[in-house]
Amino acid sequence: MIDLLYFAWVRESIGIGHERATPPAEVANVAGLIDWLAMRGGGYAEALGDKTRLRAAVDQLFVPLDASIAGAREVAIFPPVTGG
Amino acid sequence: MLVTEAAIDIAAELDALERACGGAVATFTGLVRDDGGVEELFLEHYPVATEKALSDLAAEAARRWSLAAATVIHRVGAMAPGERIVFVGTVAAHRAEALEACAFLIDRLKTDAPFWKRETRGQDARWVGERESDRDAADRWKRS
Repeated sequence: MIDLLYFAWVRESIGIGHERATPPAEVANVAGLIDWLAMRGGGYAEALGDKTRLRAAVDQLFVPLDASIAGAREVAIFPPVTGG
Repeated sequence: MLVTEAAIDIAAELDALERACGGAVATFTGLVRDDGGVEELFLEHYPVATEKALSDLAAEAARRWSLAAATVIHRVGAMAPGERIVFVGTVAAHRAEALEACAFLIDRLKTDAPFWKRETRGQDARWVGERESDRDAADRWKRS
């Protein structure tokens, strides 16, 4: 079971900011997780269809999308940051 | 290092920095721009990760420059044009270190801390996109 967090327009498209899910064993990395979630269609497909627009963090650490999710407790998916 | 919904009190922050016993205080204040009729700027963040990103940045600044003190305050929530959105202050013995560390902190904050801006103009609310110039500004602090 992984806590999934969504921010900014990813959160708005999906319609929630937080959920819990158990991806199948063959989902090994963040990119695989995003593809698996996008298959749900609707807002998920809209938010997660183009991975070049997405960034991620595993257990609060920014990671590239090919990073493993083995043992992860929390995965966050969001657009590039725009603070300051 | 602080993330807050409250307004930033510059006078109080400057006062605290000046008490840190350095010879030079440098500060940066970012204000909400009204860019083509923005009525509201909303700042979202990823709470635990934001705190970690800001304390990591402060630790890196402390390694690279000899600082007597450093303050980073970032507002979240809804703001109006003209309001302060971010404040960075650094204290060092001399101006070069204070100024460089201050520039480092604001440049890297823009690319390393998980904040997102949404601008509202009338009925139109849109999320601000990543800026190439911010990426370039942060990259200049990478060690070669």
